[in-house]
Amino acid sequence: MTTERAPQPTTAAANPPIQPMASNLLPSDVVRASAMRDLPAPERQLTKVAKLIDVSRCIGCKACQSACIEWNDTHPDVEENVGVYENPHDLTPEMFTLMRFTEYANPETHELEWLIRKDGCMHCEDPGCLTACPAPGAIVQYSNGIVDFISDNCIGCGYCVAGCPFDIPRIHKTAHVSKKCTLCSDRVAVGQGPACAKACPTQAIVFGTKDEMIAHAEMRIEDLKERGYEKAGLYDPQGVGGTHVMYVLHHADKPSLYADLPDDPKISAVVKGWKGAAKDVGLAAMGIAAVGAMAHGALARANEVSAHDDAEAQEMVAHAAERLAVEPQEAARPQEGAP
Amino acid sequence: MTEERQYSAPGDEIETRKPVTVSRYRGITRLNHWVTAFTMIGLILSGMALFHPSLYFLTGLFGGGPTTRWLHPLMGILLFFSFLLLFLQMWRLNLPKREDAEWLANIKEVVKGEEENLPELGKYNAGQKFVFWGMSGLILVMIVTGVMIWEQYFPGLVSIPVRRVAVAVHALSAVAAVLIFIVHVYAAIWTRGTIRAMTRGTVTGGWAYRHHRKWLRELAGRRKTDPAE
Repeated sequence: MTTERAPQPTTAAANPPIQPMASNLLPSDVVRASAMRDLPAPERQLTKVAKLIDVSRCIGCKACQSACIEWNDTHPDVEENVGVYENPHDLTPEMFTLMRFTEYANPETHELEWLIRKDGCMHCEDPGCLTACPAPGAIVQYSNGIVDFISDNCIGCGYCVAGCPFDIPRIHKTAHVSKKCTLCSDRVAVGQGPACAKACPTQAIVFGTKDEMIAHAEMRIEDLKERGYEKAGLYDPQGVGGTHVMYVLHHADKPSLYADLPDDPKISAVVKGWKGAAKDVGLAAMGIAAVGAMAHGALARANEVSAHDDAEAQEMVAHAAERLAVEPQEAARPQEGAP
Repeated sequence: MTEERQYSAPGDEIETRKPVTVSRYRGITRLNHWVTAFTMIGLILSGMALFHPSLYFLTGLFGGGPTTRWLHPLMGILLFFSFLLLFLQMWRLNLPKREDAEWLANIKEVVKGEEENLPELGKYNAGQKFVFWGMSGLILVMIVTGVMIWEQYFPGLVSIPVRRVAVAVHALSAVAAVLIFIVHVYAAIWTRGTIRAMTRGTVTGGWAYRHHRKWLRELAGRRKTDPAE
């Protein structure tokens, strides 16, 4: 019996089909994998997908967090209330998405604005985590834009933490693997949108093809501008080649207002240098040194001790011994080992 | 009432006189050296595996990627302390001396194997001193940056921007350390008669006369045992 391949999802709103469906996200759809240079060219190009988070529509209910926990079967610790709305206190290996709350006193309108941003992996087109990762195939990018962590290949080194411009990956304390939002790749694979988008009661989170999401965002931005948010705009940072999780922001000119969302994220030059030419140049330098040493060893004359050196040493030691014998000291004892 | 040692370390002595053999490293120093050496080799192999994708297969030597990731920093700690013990035994005789400049200026003669025209040296020549201080500095840098990026035990020790610099510096230092390691091993092989100093602990009189004459001269002028040592 063959099961039909699931279609590519274009919305999070659709209900799942009754009949079982085969995965539509195949190993051959991987276009980039960490620490693997020569991937076979993919046979097909999936439609680029994206999740759009309209910050202006978010009511901070955390249904997305609950849906994420439920779908991914994670178990975040129950923490203490320390007087802020964030719960848990930060992204954790068990909490892939987090509502971050900012109280912003707008100096222009003198109004208090409550900015709520759903934080989580941005699924960069040019992912810093994937660039930094040393374990082959631990981080992959599918041709639909999803960046996924493959725990079976992950070694838990934490290089992805250094690579990410958004401070997203978290290393699991007991499983020793890196964790983050998967954009529900396992749901997308069977034609479903992400759990958070599905759960959002105000449709602040929507999901679809990237083009559609950009078009949808433009509509929303127009609406916001009409309502006085002149700087409203789309957050799809080009420094990382665009992202597959995008925001509609009322203050798109100042993304950092939203709980330090980077204004212009890009992969750090340090990470690029470390992971780029430095690797090959370093490896070449070590290789040349090793081969050079071996060649020199095989071809050049070794530095050998001559009979002359031995004789001189013999003489030096014998002379010194004679001198010592002439000037005896109390502590001195007869020394000659040989006649 | 021991004579001052200027060019030699405690334990260095003329062992036999006919033929001349000279004790260069005591058993404890040799053990210390080989623990350091094997730990260093383990660190290089495991570090290389994480340094370049084409060498990732080396993780197989350690039981896979996660085990390598776990083991590498532990070996680093062992190396740090093992090297520290070596450092404490050797730093004094590795301080730069006037004759080092002359030796370096005539490095060509050294490479040609014609040491006759060079100044007499103590226990270490400028090349050995360079290896010593180079390794000392790099190991210090690597232990500091290594702890900064040790995800398992120090995940939040430094900020992410600092961590990025730490990984890069750690990798660069490692490349430099490997280069020094190659110089060290190769020089020991190329200069015949050197290896036995770290295996049996002794060198021949001719070797000592040829490469470290001041050291030999000092030992020859000493009574065999130092009561104070």
